[in-house]
Amino acid sequence: MTQMAATRDAYGTTLVELGEENPAVVVLDADLSGSTKTGLFAKRFPERFFNMGIAEANMVGTAAGLAAAGKIPFVSTFAIFAAGRAWEQIRQSVAYPKANVKIVPTHGGVTVGEDGASHQSVEDIAIMRAIPNMTVIVPADAVETAAAVRAVAAFKGPVYLRLGRNKVPTIFDDSYRFEIGKGTVLVQGSDLTFVTTGLMTAQALIAAERLKKVGISARVLHLATIKPLDGDLLLDAALETGAIVTGEEHSIVGGLGGAVAEFLAEQAPTPLVRVGVNDRFGTSGKAEELLKYFGLTHEGLEEAAHRVLERKGAR
Amino acid sequence: MHRELIPTLEEKARNLRVSIIKTLHRSQSGHTGGSLSAIDLITALYFHTLRHRPAEPAWDGRDRFVLCKGHAAPAQYVALAEAGYFPKEDLMMLRRLGSHLQGHPDSKQTPGVDVCTGSLGQGLSQACGIALGLRLDGGDRRVYALMGDGELQEGQVWEAAMSAAHFRLDNLCAIVDANGLQIDGEVAKIMGVEPLGDKFRAFGWHVIEIDGHDLGQILAAYAHAATVKMKPTMIIARTVKGKGVSFFENKAAYHGVTPSDEELPRALYCLGCGE
Repeated sequence: MTQMAATRDAYGTTLVELGEENPAVVVLDADLSGSTKTGLFAKRFPERFFNMGIAEANMVGTAAGLAAAGKIPFVSTFAIFAAGRAWEQIRQSVAYPKANVKIVPTHGGVTVGEDGASHQSVEDIAIMRAIPNMTVIVPADAVETAAAVRAVAAFKGPVYLRLGRNKVPTIFDDSYRFEIGKGTVLVQGSDLTFVTTGLMTAQALIAAERLKKVGISARVLHLATIKPLDGDLLLDAALETGAIVTGEEHSIVGGLGGAVAEFLAEQAPTPLVRVGVNDRFGTSGKAEELLKYFGLTHEGLEEAAHRVLERKGAR
Repeated sequence: MHRELIPTLEEKARNLRVSIIKTLHRSQSGHTGGSLSAIDLITALYFHTLRHRPAEPAWDGRDRFVLCKGHAAPAQYVALAEAGYFPKEDLMMLRRLGSHLQGHPDSKQTPGVDVCTGSLGQGLSQACGIALGLRLDGGDRRVYALMGDGELQEGQVWEAAMSAAHFRLDNLCAIVDANGLQIDGEVAKIMGVEPLGDKFRAFGWHVIEIDGHDLGQILAAYAHAATVKMKPTMIIARTVKGKGVSFFENKAAYHGVTPSDEELPRALYCLGCGE
């Protein structure tokens, strides 16, 4: 039985550990500390936690000021309110000065569920990726999240670390070493490569296993860091397998699929199919229902694999 | 209060006005009116109130200054150059490609600039964050934030105003350079922000209203703000846009217009230089 854990839970507990280790770590939230799990830090270090109320623009600016005073601020709310509401504050007050601010939203993507489109951020990776100086990371599971939270705390500069609401399968074990900007080949393969991020990587592992049974050898390249993109592993995948399927819990516009398309078009034109939310808003429903509804499943990836292989074969 | 300092600071402010005019005439790009309205407030900070070390810009014990109305960068730049943060010749490169003097303040490039500003409404939030951070570390370091009155139309300012009072940031002193004008005309006609004193009092601030060109009142306000406990202080400084150059004064048209070749000698004459 696969172990299940939410990335936001790993975030909350790791933040408390960081708080113990480093007095410069401070945390800001916008009235969602119970959901984002920063409440754990608030309880342990009340003097270093700032509930900014429902005012995300000011929260991001305040975090930039705390960084200017030598602190390491972690800023949390839902992804749509961090990246969306406070985009220009992130650009001007955080990224432009290279402020040491860690923006760590939870509730990215459609697995927000019942709250519906207003709360489901499917554009945040694209708009964060467009900002110079920004690093964008989407961990696949709780183990990688804990490692990534530690890595971004040690990294000097702005980071957008996108987490989710729901429990997801734990695919990494404690031996896993996370490095910002480095991808991980989880399964070797020669016919095509699944290039995935976030919760879609677990789906890619299932898809690769099932495709193997019908004689298709699929590589799985997990890219937790979407910016900067790991061009080496991506180029290997393009040249060695000749077909790419991207998968992300995000719009197919501008996110991982967009980044990979840009890279391949310039470096190694390769048949590509992007699996993601097909340029539309989310909708209400249970998280698991929504993943199926939007095709963010291993079945969706397998179907895309067959399509990309047809195009590869036609070349 | 150091009454004897006032004539010296007045002379300093006059010289900095001259420097602003020459700098903006050279660059032929930048914001004249709001730099001249703010320069007395900035002069008092850099040459009396702020604890800072121009030879050691990153000195940990320094007070902080945030120019929220980043378009008045020329006023901050001439003060920094006068204080010795960088050579005065650098001012002649304002807004040029490759210059460390960007159109709006850039903390990565200009010695003495702590915060990137220029997008209105974001500075006060950053000042609040610095004030929170300095308070966590203890000590008596203070933060000064200079805003424009047109800038107060930005909603984020009021989010920040709310939080500064909520967190009882008595190490924060904000100043409004209330010159009454913005790009398109009078603030009162574009989108009124008054009554400013009542608004900030209602938000939980200690409010002081002064003449923003009277250095005695300015120094007294900064000194008084430092004694206020459990509340941030807002100094509402009534100013004249373009102050010191008669034909620029109170003219919205000179918000983002620089002195022409023909205007330069007349402007310097107004400031007591030349013919």
